[in-house]
Amino acid sequence: MYRYDEFDQTFVQERVAEFRDQVARRLSGELTEDQFKPLRLMNGVYLQLHAYMLRIAIPYGTLSSRQLRLLASIARDHDKGYGHFTTRQNLQFNWIALREVPDILDKLASVEMHAIQTSGNCIRNVTADHFAGAAADEVADPRPYAEILRQWSSLHPEFTFLPRKFKLAVTGAAHDRAAIQTHDIGLQVKRDETGALGFAVFVGGGQGRTPMVAKQIRDFLPEEDLLAYCEAVLRVYNLEGRRDNKYKARIKILVHETGEQAFAQAVEAEFAALKGKTLTLPADEVDRIGAYFASPAFASLPGRSDVLDRAVANDPDFARFASRNLHPHKATGYGIVTVSLKPVGTPPGDATAAQMDAVADIAAHYSFDEIRVSHEQNLVLPHVRLDDVPAVFAALRNAGLATPNAGLVTDIISCPGLDYCALATARSIPIAERLTERFADLDRQHDIGDLKIKISGCINACGHHHVGHIGILGLERRGEEFYQITLGGSGDEICTIGEIVGRGFSSGEIVDAVETVIDTYLGLRTSPQENFLAAYRRVGEAPFREALYAAAG
Amino acid sequence: MSKRPKRFQPVVATANDLATGTVVFRGADGGWSGDIARAEIATSPEAADALLARAQADQGPGNLVVDVAVIDVVREGAFVRPLLLRELIRTSGPTIALPQDSSPRGAPPASGL
Repeated sequence: MYRYDEFDQTFVQERVAEFRDQVARRLSGELTEDQFKPLRLMNGVYLQLHAYMLRIAIPYGTLSSRQLRLLASIARDHDKGYGHFTTRQNLQFNWIALREVPDILDKLASVEMHAIQTSGNCIRNVTADHFAGAAADEVADPRPYAEILRQWSSLHPEFTFLPRKFKLAVTGAAHDRAAIQTHDIGLQVKRDETGALGFAVFVGGGQGRTPMVAKQIRDFLPEEDLLAYCEAVLRVYNLEGRRDNKYKARIKILVHETGEQAFAQAVEAEFAALKGKTLTLPADEVDRIGAYFASPAFASLPGRSDVLDRAVANDPDFARFASRNLHPHKATGYGIVTVSLKPVGTPPGDATAAQMDAVADIAAHYSFDEIRVSHEQNLVLPHVRLDDVPAVFAALRNAGLATPNAGLVTDIISCPGLDYCALATARSIPIAERLTERFADLDRQHDIGDLKIKISGCINACGHHHVGHIGILGLERRGEEFYQITLGGSGDEICTIGEIVGRGFSSGEIVDAVETVIDTYLGLRTSPQENFLAAYRRVGEAPFREALYAAAG
Repeated sequence: MSKRPKRFQPVVATANDLATGTVVFRGADGGWSGDIARAEIATSPEAADALLARAQADQGPGNLVVDVAVIDVVREGAFVRPLLLRELIRTSGPTIALPQDSSPRGAPPASGL
């Protein structure tokens, strides 16, 4: 993992001291809310429906046990005993008192964490594949590049007041687990024909009220040009992006209105002026940052584990867990374990302090002290010996964290919605909870197979509904919540925006409607191997629309 | 096409406490509390404007509340509740069961491993 150097630590601590002073001046009345609001937002503090919310950055979703334990202690001592892992691999606390925020930030700084740039029109926390550094299909670990981007973008003087927020994501594998094509800049680490490392560059993706899939403007950008090229993209955006209308201010609108080719040419022209100068990445610096992310000392192990095989054969619960929550690792004899934060009937992405401590302990014992946060609102133990997976399963089960549903119908992404969020138009968590209750039967879930349901409580789409295989968007009409269904969305390498299937459904109807969609899929799939998305792509929306609306005529 | 004028609904003044973020309501005595039942209710447009003006004046030093607004309420006998779902949730809290932590405050539990 990256460790703060002296500069990083001093910078973060000075920032905390500065904010402590700002909070004191606000509480004394010296600063007005208009003066203070931009300052608190720069430090990740929002005012939500019921209380302040503190959003803490988890760079590229990587945590150590020590950091997770600290987050648990904040949940216990400053919140209501739980936190919410978000679709940007961050953690949000929902019940924070403003007067306690400086102390919380001090504690975070002690474990090399902060909340800087988790809000505002700046470059936000850089996200990455949650299996980074572990996945069997990885070309290279994307985290060193995410860290380089983090350092470059932290308080970048030119990009502190962008037209709108700006999100970057990096993946190190062709199979995209980081949804890079829904980001302002998405980077896919790849090799050229000579074996040199570089990036495919995607620009102008995003969700919100105008969902767009990013355009690939570079097939291969050499590694050394990473920052110069990103700077060129940001510079074009900063100069040309619209500031007259916040709903048209994201780079996706600029790319769309300029045209993909003209936009790419503008970037290339800017890049030509920057290339080969101070932003060129020195190879030794890439190596230095890369060394922080060096693989742990994996033991030399056989590819098969008798312990694992026996557990699969003897324990049906474990077999189910292993079939969904255990993923291939690049090191022989190891696996990646998904820790589902989606037990039936609970808010997706929430974890109690005790659960965070439990995961921290398990990671310390079994996963080289590393934890990942996925944008799908789960946790990940990236490096577990196959021999240890049964013990990890048992420990997770004790903590209520062994739900064997990774990638299944109950592994739902959901934003906080109207239960917490000041921007929301409808509740999303209760819909997620009712769906997990409806589909609680594990045999049924496993029979349905791969299926991503994503729920947003407003058009801002924090719940990624546009790229849900089944997307649900909560809206309000004449004082009543209603829910629009989209079908066929996908956030992976074949990125597609879901299509609205028809009129919306009331809160009382929506779970039945989703069940109708799923039953329709089960009735038309060619075999259990044809998953929902594949079936949808084969048949289109007609059979689903028919099933949903036939009764209404 | 002109919009049909909205029928007046009684209102109360609400805000968030600056230091804690807690949802508060303005009482007839000029104090702010978390209890909507103690809130001053304005029953005419003129009274609503006056209540909002008094509430906004409270945002200054010494009486620190933020995000002041008036919200429509419904009176059912002695009971007062916000008209809109958003404000009902804001007043009453999330409609879901909150996760219950089993560990004691102050110190992490001993490792079970």
